[in-house]
Amino acid sequence: MANETGPSDPQRDETAKVAEFEARIARGESIEPKDWMPERYRKQLIRMMSQHAHSEIVGMLPEGNWITRAPSLRRKMSLIAKVQDEAGHGLYIYCGTETLGVDRRELIDQLLNGTAKYSSIFNYPTLTWADIGCIGWFVDGAAIVNQTMLAKASYGPYARAMVRICKEENFHKRQGYEIMATLASGTPEQKAMAQDAVNRWWWPSLMMFGPHDSDSPNSDELKRWGVKKKSNDELRQRFVNLTVAQAKAINLTLPDPHLEYDAATENWHFGEIDWAEFWRVVKGDGPCNRERLAARNKAHHDGEWVRVAAGAYAAKQRRSETEAA
Amino acid sequence: MRDADNPADSQWPLWEVFLQPPNGAAHEHAGSVHAVSAEQALENARDVYARRGEAVSIWVVPSSAITASTPDDMGPFFDPGNDKPYRHPQFYKVPRGVRVF
Repeated sequence: MANETGPSDPQRDETAKVAEFEARIARGESIEPKDWMPERYRKQLIRMMSQHAHSEIVGMLPEGNWITRAPSLRRKMSLIAKVQDEAGHGLYIYCGTETLGVDRRELIDQLLNGTAKYSSIFNYPTLTWADIGCIGWFVDGAAIVNQTMLAKASYGPYARAMVRICKEENFHKRQGYEIMATLASGTPEQKAMAQDAVNRWWWPSLMMFGPHDSDSPNSDELKRWGVKKKSNDELRQRFVNLTVAQAKAINLTLPDPHLEYDAATENWHFGEIDWAEFWRVVKGDGPCNRERLAARNKAHHDGEWVRVAAGAYAAKQRRSETEAA
Repeated sequence: MRDADNPADSQWPLWEVFLQPPNGAAHEHAGSVHAVSAEQALENARDVYARRGEAVSIWVVPSSAITASTPDDMGPFFDPGNDKPYRHPQFYKVPRGVRVF
């Protein structure tokens, strides 16, 4: 290729490569693990995907809390299956992240030593059975809105993991909504329990979409590179629009006096989010941050003998195969 | 908490997972798993990628055993096929009036 400043000007090469990379994204091509990509794209994806994987794993804790106390066998089977799905989702995304040249072990170390972030929603406690319903309805509902977008992300392995996850996520949302509908049409105490859970989970669920676009430093870049197709505020609005009617259908009230339909934009306007609370939880001072991290560390530590035993068994199998040969 | 020097605390080798759907289509890459042996890789692949009857058959292959083409030689590597349009049916003319061929 002709190059006036000499054949090996690294700055110029980089600029040309970035231009070609961005052109590929503009053409809607999928970026695959071995393709050239800007270092920054790789870093941003590792950050975003590992946080996503960690969220799936930590998300098992608040729900696992209620497996032993599920009100019926049917509910218990569903909840176990759902928690198992979350583990699977974590593994899909860790495996996708590894294609970017990072070790899963490094990522898990970052989670266990507290340097990695995960979705703040899981730092809230599950106080009653209705919280399990609310997590399925709101938290998985919000996750569906986000992941449906990410299923079109420019990075192939991430997009493919999202397609797989989205297929399973609908079961999560429906089992949660069914729990809420059942409680809401039950005794006055049951209805009060459902409403209390809605009151506590609604605002943290809106926070799941992240800061306002104007305060979201990564958003522009992620959109330019086709990782995100919509902004935090656009996704949040979509979630609100979907959820208002669902709440109405089961006679539960979303705890926002400013909720109002705007016929011109066809959007439900909502009140201001408590961003001070959002940043407090993100920075580690939510109700359960320390508890979640301690539980993850304990689970990892307690599982060590299983890993040791599996390793020893495999080594023994290999030895007996060699001897037999 | 985590003992980085403990060799037993390993994430184990990586295996690529291929699933065959029940409709008779070919095996397709689904993702990867870490496992200590081929047998465990199969079990992990079943638990991670086939919880809802997605597969009638699973292949697991050590990731290190896969040889793949690289994006850099994509153009020249596939070139022998690209410049032979006569391999496609559209290259050939069909007389007017023949509707179903």
